Amino acid sequence: MSQISVEVDGVTYSDMVEPRTLLVQYLRENLGKVGTVIGCDTSNCGSCTVLLDGRSVKSCSVLAVQADGHKVTTIEGLATDGQLHPVQKAFHNQHALQCGFCTPGMIMATCGLLGENPSPTEEEVREGLEGNLCRCTGYQNIVKAVLEAAPEVAQMSAGESPVEPATQPAGQRAHTTTGEAAAASVGGAS
Amino acid sequence: MIPTAFEYASPTTVEEAVAALAEAVSHHRDVKVLAGGQSLLPVLRLRLAAPELVVDLSRVEGLRGVRDDGDAIVIGAMTTHDEVMRDPLVNEHDLLLALTTRTVADPQVRHRGTFGGSLAHADPAGDLLAPALALDAQLVIAGPSGRTRTVAAHDFFTDLFTTTLDEDELLVEVRVPKYTGWGASYQKFNRVAQAWSIVGVAAAVKSDGGTIGEARIGLTNMASTPVRARAVEQALVGQPATDEAIRAAVADVTAGTQPPADANADADYRRHLAGVLTRRAVLAAAGA
Repeated sequence: MSQISVEVDGVTYSDMVEPRTLLVQYLRENLGKVGTVIGCDTSNCGSCTVLLDGRSVKSCSVLAVQADGHKVTTIEGLATDGQLHPVQKAFHNQHALQCGFCTPGMIMATCGLLGENPSPTEEEVREGLEGNLCRCTGYQNIVKAVLEAAPEVAQMSAGESPVEPATQPAGQRAHTTTGEAAAASVGGAS
Repeated sequence: MIPTAFEYASPTTVEEAVAALAEAVSHHRDVKVLAGGQSLLPVLRLRLAAPELVVDLSRVEGLRGVRDDGDAIVIGAMTTHDEVMRDPLVNEHDLLLALTTRTVADPQVRHRGTFGGSLAHADPAGDLLAPALALDAQLVIAGPSGRTRTVAAHDFFTDLFTTTLDEDELLVEVRVPKYTGWGASYQKFNRVAQAWSIVGVAAAVKSDGGTIGEARIGLTNMASTPVRARAVEQALVGQPATDEAIRAAVADVTAGTQPPADANADADYRRHLAGVLTRRAVLAAAGA
């Protein structure tokens, strides 16, 4: 077992994990952040995309121990005070989902893309999301949503990074996912 | 699936990393080096490999970044694809490498995957082997007791997923000679971003007033190792950068190749693709 300390959606968690634990498993099973989904076993689909230090990564292809000392943002860390993040809002407005399974990954990949390129062309959006598959093939509306969100994200990020949660519980909380403490902390953090 | 259980080492220096490898090898333990993990972790998840020890390089100092070293640029083995493709030195002096790296997988994979990891993994369908070969990259390898050696890309790739790296050695950096002012193009044929190249062609061309002065061409997935198309390189010298002249000069690009046959393409189709893609790559690199 290895000791890790990871900031996830603004809260710091300290845990013992097996080295073979994938980051996505850690998020879902240790922290209860099941908003990040697992779609494939081959790094193809991108549905488990999260931001690691602000850059999009596939959390099925990162070990939890590799996230030690780093900052993770999941789909669950985007909305603040009950207000959807501009990218979430744009996906809603444009009906950029059908079954919705790829949506958390699409949204996180979009946040990563807009962090690197605040005003992408349609072509750049399509290329920027090439790591994410939508089995419903609802790409047209996804692209529209990204283009709609871009100006608002750019405005929001004037001053701070668009990919960081705007507000989070004050201070850092130590969190240990063992026994009852785990259940309580998971509830408290979500 | 999740990987089988393994022990995990996270050294902070090259010496520690090499010592961990040497120790494991001396006890006949199966050990894998983890660079960006974008090939290794899928392999572990699918349980195609079950190492007893994984040595993670992500916290090793000094393996990341690009520096200017006179007639070459030096790329740390742990420099990510995203960093390589955006690096001003790479774009100025080794455009072929920058352009090829932009085609590797997708943004998420490029944020984690590394230049050195790709070369050491030596997947014949991996895109970065062909430009490394075509540009005569030199690979700097660290071994036990502070020993280092430098191997030319030409000698580094020996077979499918096989290199001259010993089990207790690490690829630490790659020296790529400068080709400042050369045109470049990587033409890749694949189905989706995440799929491996069915065939890829890397071409760098030095042109002068519409005439090709020098050319370097590497082929992806046309044999168990990357292939340098030297006969075509020579045939291109002195040719005008026109479609007709280039078409004739690249006609024999498949000489010496042994393309695989698989679900994506049979060998004949790969040979056909290699011809088409070489012509396109040379035309683009020559600015025609």
